[in-house]
Amino acid sequence: MTDAFWNTLWTGYVFPGGLILVHILMLTVPLLIAVAYLTLMERKVLAAMSLRMGPNVVGPFGLLQPFADAAKLIFKETIIPSGANKFLFIMAPCITFILALIAWAVIPVAEGWVIANINVGVLYLFAISSLGVYGIIIAGWSSNSRYAFLGALRSSAQMVSYEVSMGFVIITVLLCVGSLNLSAIVQAQKTVWFALPLFPMFIVFFISALAETNRHPFDLPEAEAELVAGYQVEYSSMAFALFFLGEYANMILMSGMTTILFLGGWLPPLDIAPFNWIPGIVWFCLKIFVLLFVFIWVRATVPRYRYDQLMRLGWKVFLPFSLFWVVATAGVLVAFDLLPKGV
Amino acid sequence: MIIQALAFYLFAAITVASGFMVIASRNPVHSVLFLILAFFNAAGLFVLMGAEFLGMILVIVYVGAVAVLFLFVVMMLDINFVELRQGFLQYLPIGSLIGLILLVELVLVLGGWVITPVAKQVATTPIPALDQVTNTHALGAVLYTKYIYLFQGAGLILLVAMIGAIVLTLRSRPGVKRQSIAEQVNRPRDAAVAIRKVEPRKGI
Repeated sequence: MTDAFWNTLWTGYVFPGGLILVHILMLTVPLLIAVAYLTLMERKVLAAMSLRMGPNVVGPFGLLQPFADAAKLIFKETIIPSGANKFLFIMAPCITFILALIAWAVIPVAEGWVIANINVGVLYLFAISSLGVYGIIIAGWSSNSRYAFLGALRSSAQMVSYEVSMGFVIITVLLCVGSLNLSAIVQAQKTVWFALPLFPMFIVFFISALAETNRHPFDLPEAEAELVAGYQVEYSSMAFALFFLGEYANMILMSGMTTILFLGGWLPPLDIAPFNWIPGIVWFCLKIFVLLFVFIWVRATVPRYRYDQLMRLGWKVFLPFSLFWVVATAGVLVAFDLLPKGV
Repeated sequence: MIIQALAFYLFAAITVASGFMVIASRNPVHSVLFLILAFFNAAGLFVLMGAEFLGMILVIVYVGAVAVLFLFVVMMLDINFVELRQGFLQYLPIGSLIGLILLVELVLVLGGWVITPVAKQVATTPIPALDQVTNTHALGAVLYTKYIYLFQGAGLILLVAMIGAIVLTLRSRPGVKRQSIAEQVNRPRDAAVAIRKVEPRKGI
């Protein structure tokens, strides 16, 4: 009896659990390294765009700069303001960072390389990205500081507004796929990437992703010129670093989402000889890299939006536009009998 | 099975405990945060039942949008906590009345299941089975065919509520400068700049 018990314990719980743990590590460790080097890439690219050198002192070509930054932040003192709500003040950066990581559970990085291949993958991603606002709003409130609070209020309004049009963009893609599974969405782009037939939606999604991650030109929550640094003004040391890492991990996540929804995920651009020799993960990373470059490029090019302009763009331009496209796409699919024949 | 049972009791216990904390905590912001925790664990319970679509929608709609607005409003309120606690007990009768009504309704539903075993069978067996069709397809197939009029009616009610809220808060204030982007973009060059040839030592 005991033998059978240990057997079921091993085959039923311990072994699968360990396997999942190994998968998680295989995804998280490269992700964290990518986040570290994304900060370096941003500084280098921004420097090149304004004819500067960028970090070039620590290590060859400044390649060890992220580790120097991390070491500096770890050894700084963590300061908690006396008026702050201690528990929430410490929870807020943790929430931001955890949410940026757990979303990767459903992202297929190559064919079959996914930790949880769930049926409602898109909804899960959408849910997690809509939770990102809590890290910011709790940070702003628990700091008990006016700058932080203003930043948090701005950001909650901004993220809720842009989520609406993002939802419509996702619906358009789902109309063409007929499934909420992320792997199925990638497979549906075998013939043509959705970025071509749904090009305007691709642009709307990318701009909404900029707003959702609080990146330039929509970085009003941390507008350093007016709010010093918005919601993170009271944070120091590792708590600040977690916000920072969370923001960059979110950028990679949003690029991954755009890749899966519009750029064909791990699929090569053409299914012919030299392209399909390269493994899918390389294509996936390459597409994410290009999108991240665009993120930084936009930061170097476009000035910050004024707050009312931001709201106008979200509610009066993107929302009607994406709503129209949902109806138009559905109409075309029904009229030409192109609806996916799934179930 | 054991893992499922453990997860169920964990989620259920946290849901009930955070539900209690929503009414018990002194700070309204903490109340909202506990409400969010309760929503989360309810979503976890949905997923355990195999209702993954409902679980995700619960998180997206309630946690991602509704609770953010709650939090937004509660944070902006200027509340005197001492004053707030003083009137606490005077709402006890009406609160317990509402609680009693909800309890009776729940008992009626459960009692109905006990009296007619058919109803319980209908409620517990998903039609069609979970391994044949995904949640989303099953819901859509019922919602947009059999219950389409009710669905549209619910949508209309929400639309009316939204328009009502906008009408109530809309004030037309005179004398406010507004930016018209189309007007700005369409302005011809001549209306904005004039090129003058300036003679040296003369000025304009």
